[in-house]
Amino acid sequence: MKAIYKREVRSYFNSMTGYIFIAVVVAFTGVYFMAANLFGGYPYFSEALMSSLSVFMFAIPVLTMRSLADERRSRTDQLLLTAPVSLTRIVLGKYLAMVTVLAIPTLLFCFCPVIIMMNGTGYPVSDYASIFAFFLCGCVFIAIGMFISSLTESQIIASVCTFGVLFAIYLWPSLVNYLPTSAFGSLVGFLALLVIVCAVLWNMTHHALLTAGVGVIGAATVFALYLFQDQALAGTFPAMLSVFSLRDTFTNFAAYRVFDLSGIVLYLSFIFVFVFLTVQTLQKRRWS
Amino acid sequence: MIEVRDLVKRYGSRSAVDHLSFTVEKGQVYGFLGPNGAGKSTTMNIMTGYLGATEGEVIINGHNILEEPEAAKKCIGYLPEQPPLYLDMTVSEYLQFAAELKGIAKAERAQQIERAVSMTHLEDVTGRLIKNLSKGYRQRVGLAQAVLGFPEILILDEPTVGLDPQQIIEIRDLIRELADEHTIILSSHILSEVQEVCDQVLIIHHGKLLVSDSPENLEKRMRHAGSLEMLLRGTMPAVEQAVSSVQGIVHYDIAPAERQEGCVSLTVEAEEGADVREALFYACAEAKTPILMLKPANFSLEEIFLELTQQADAAPAGAEAEGQAPGEPGQPADESEGDVQ
Repeated sequence: MKAIYKREVRSYFNSMTGYIFIAVVVAFTGVYFMAANLFGGYPYFSEALMSSLSVFMFAIPVLTMRSLADERRSRTDQLLLTAPVSLTRIVLGKYLAMVTVLAIPTLLFCFCPVIIMMNGTGYPVSDYASIFAFFLCGCVFIAIGMFISSLTESQIIASVCTFGVLFAIYLWPSLVNYLPTSAFGSLVGFLALLVIVCAVLWNMTHHALLTAGVGVIGAATVFALYLFQDQALAGTFPAMLSVFSLRDTFTNFAAYRVFDLSGIVLYLSFIFVFVFLTVQTLQKRRWS
Repeated sequence: MIEVRDLVKRYGSRSAVDHLSFTVEKGQVYGFLGPNGAGKSTTMNIMTGYLGATEGEVIINGHNILEEPEAAKKCIGYLPEQPPLYLDMTVSEYLQFAAELKGIAKAERAQQIERAVSMTHLEDVTGRLIKNLSKGYRQRVGLAQAVLGFPEILILDEPTVGLDPQQIIEIRDLIRELADEHTIILSSHILSEVQEVCDQVLIIHHGKLLVSDSPENLEKRMRHAGSLEMLLRGTMPAVEQAVSSVQGIVHYDIAPAERQEGCVSLTVEAEEGADVREALFYACAEAKTPILMLKPANFSLEEIFLELTQQADAAPAGAEAEGQAPGEPGQPADESEGDVQ
């Protein structure tokens, strides 16, 4: 794992990728910092971070697109997969290397609250908590990007898809607001979700009984709720989806200055799930 | 050392490897032979743990590649068909990385890398980016990577492909040198190469093992073993009449000789144990069709290979191929002669 980690970090700085990523993130955050804090006189650095979260949408795909797609295209995955190293360690080595690249601009941001304090009153506790949440949010995005990169051989497809997904995450809270909150709306939403779950299950296991069982039980439950407890069903589908609005956690930190522990757990579980899915994708490819 | 049991790899409905079983003994050089798409690379990829098999198992030194992948992989050095090189690294950086990846102890790394570099004659390029190296050098860097750690088993997928003749000779010498201490499996579709370096040949066709034997035994097993090649001056009917009068001939192929006016080339297959050379001489002398050349047919692996793969293809297709054979007898023979030179 250490070998892969070291190689990856070095490779980010041998090529332009690492520098470009750091430069873009630092430059745009710097612009927001200048506008909001230095010229605007606003004492919270988290305000600048909130605006610069959108930079991740463009910058993270640049960082992650290469990670596994290129490995596969240039066949260097043969070296890694035939070496006495487990798949999990390979993926973790790569993931941690990208997290390290992300850590560099994050460390630079740690100077900003100090600069604010030097010029007046600062709020270091909430600002550093926000920087921490900002970093973790980036880690989640990297995990998602790495997962997408493991699905394809093409860096371009990986970067465009990652951008699309990150953009969707960015818009997620607003999108969920458009969902109908009626019981019927939830019924349709859950049924659509059920279809997706069954399709994924069938694709992964090819187990007819399991897929049909999950489909029938799920549909029966949803219909039963709709018929007998439609009051309870109303609004549950949008509520469930809004749990996944990753941006809200960061907003809680940055705008409301709340240390959102459940949000941190959500971030960590997202990281875990996507690293796990990446390992599974690589594992599955060996068998198909 | 290596045991491959009933290996099957299916891609959809197509079988790349079809119930393949063989064992590899310690200290020998094995040649995997087969036309393109025969399943050589797939088999090697499964043996090294890169791909999973649909069915069957691979045991390396007592370790199942799926159950104890790390222990099994530690015994293997692998050079895939396309060397797995990071183009943005220099040769020494890359070898350093490979050594660390293989878990070679830090104290031994430098010395092992040095040994691998000198074995593959990479001393002049260690500081250069792999991106800027030629195909031959890249192949050697891949080989150095496989050799690192000096594992007991080396699996080399077409190690000499894309190299110039001088480099091919160097790599072959290297393989022979390594064979003293390692078990080597190499794949190739160049038969002379296999003939030259391998103790044992495994011929694979459509994912099935056709033959596993030493190159010498394979020659003996040929259908045409003990047949004669002749060149005579005369017309086809005259020669045919003379030859058919000789006792003890099972089968003969006759055709006008290529590039020689008024000559006939002939392949004669005699009954087992019978020596028909004298009888042929007298018969031809009587018919006034002088023998210009008479020699026992010497089959190269190339012909053995073609014959075995043709036999393996469906029976009607095989008959057709035989029907064509007399029409162009010069071709396989020419190739084999070219090989010997």
